[in-house]
Amino acid sequence: MATVTGPPATVTTVDLQTASVRDLNAALHTTVGGMAWHVAHPDGAHNLAVGIDADLDVVIDGHAGYYCAGMNQHATVTVNGNVGVGVAENMMSGTVRVRGNASQSAGATAHGGLLVIEGDASARCGISMKGVDIVVGGSVGHMSAFMGQAGRLVVCGDAGDALGDSLYEARIYVKGTVKSLGADCVEKPLRDEHLAELSELLKAAGIDEDPAAFRRYGSARDLYHFKVDNSSAY
Amino acid sequence: MCGIAGLQVRDPSLEPRLGELLTGMLHQAAERGPDSAGVALYGDARLTPPGHAAVSLLSPGLPAEEIAARVGGGADAVVAGQSVVVRSLVTVAELERAVRDAFPEAIVTGRGSDLAVLKGVGHPDTLAEEFALGRASGRQGIVHTRMATESAVTPEGAHPFSVAEDLCLVHNGSFANHATIRRELRAAGVVFDSENDSEVGARFVAAQLAQGYDLEKSLRLLCERFDGFYTLLVTTGDTFAVVRDAIACKPAVIAETDAWVAMASEYRCLAGLPGIESARIFEPEPEEVYTWQR
Repeated sequence: MATVTGPPATVTTVDLQTASVRDLNAALHTTVGGMAWHVAHPDGAHNLAVGIDADLDVVIDGHAGYYCAGMNQHATVTVNGNVGVGVAENMMSGTVRVRGNASQSAGATAHGGLLVIEGDASARCGISMKGVDIVVGGSVGHMSAFMGQAGRLVVCGDAGDALGDSLYEARIYVKGTVKSLGADCVEKPLRDEHLAELSELLKAAGIDEDPAAFRRYGSARDLYHFKVDNSSAY
Repeated sequence: MCGIAGLQVRDPSLEPRLGELLTGMLHQAAERGPDSAGVALYGDARLTPPGHAAVSLLSPGLPAEEIAARVGGGADAVVAGQSVVVRSLVTVAELERAVRDAFPEAIVTGRGSDLAVLKGVGHPDTLAEEFALGRASGRQGIVHTRMATESAVTPEGAHPFSVAEDLCLVHNGSFANHATIRRELRAAGVVFDSENDSEVGARFVAAQLAQGYDLEKSLRLLCERFDGFYTLLVTTGDTFAVVRDAIACKPAVIAETDAWVAMASEYRCLAGLPGIESARIFEPEPEEVYTWQR
């Protein structure tokens, strides 16, 4: 059942049928770096593996609820299942990988690190992203990258309505169709440096896609400062 | 926060397992609403024998035999926790009238040809036992766990709201302009059972259906008229419908296989359904009305 790699002696298992989420998080906050952790029977619980500040390898073997791996620093957290709202919200560094689908607001406000969602992410993926890299193997829902300030969002499937609405400086790459672009989000040319960074992101995510098949979107920068002519767009 | 889950069975061989599956879904939704819960069951022969009309009401606190005797006309009754289902070989309208005559103070929580609505105050797992939900069968059912925000924690404030024959509505969210719409509906003669905002949504949908609109159109009209946050799961005798507000901030996930369609607030409610591994899973788009018929 366990998919943790590495020498078994270094893997600590927390079974949420007997331990509480608080037990799990307290243990992850006090452990030393370099350790591997296996979380059994997550059963959709919220707030799993939040606030880690160490170089840990955590595998959640099943479905997780809201805010999984929120505020992550340094750790690698893998979820062998689907996640609820706000996975990796406010992540600072490290890697969070979701083998299934993610609900709304994946990677919300995250400052750094890499969030990989192998399935689909729903609405507002990357809302207010501040430096995180997000790679979605499937599609994203409406208002993804809303008010994104920094970082990169890569979507290998399609994007829903109002992609990149009120975008500041995040860069968005979409392979499939975009239902509509949000206010101040425009398509931009895919130059060599973008192909290069997209290649790196896809490689880091372990997703085999041709970077040349993507389109790039970014901010037109017309909403940066208040202009009375733009008042209807605010 | 509230929890919603519902299941429409397409494969008849799953009908005997409806209650067992709903019990698991309700348990997974319990953390979203531990103060009260309710279920609606369509086609559970135990609660609603074929050919009988069924009227559900909040328990007047009497034994089943006494309730049946007071209703008269050959009716019988099943007490399930804080709810009662009265059944009789008459029309639904006749039975509802008889129930209201016998218990003028009672709150009728459902009526239909094969619909039973059970609800109450308490932890959802405890209520599931009171309802004997695990033994229920049928073609579709919905469950709701409530974390009250807009009105008191009372059995009549619990969902589902079933205010017209075979119609049920459960809601996660809060309507902002429910008082205005309640006032308008009251002016048009509609009588309310509670001060709950979700009841206003149910009464509004019932009013549209009564005008001849189908469920899909009625829910489109609801989107036009209501402000606020909502994920709604609405059922009639043959339709299972989902709609969310324009922002879609309240959670909803839908899963569909050849054997069933299910909707829930969180995926964890669906994780125990047979064949979920190969289900088509998606989150419904804002202001799009999804319907499934059987």
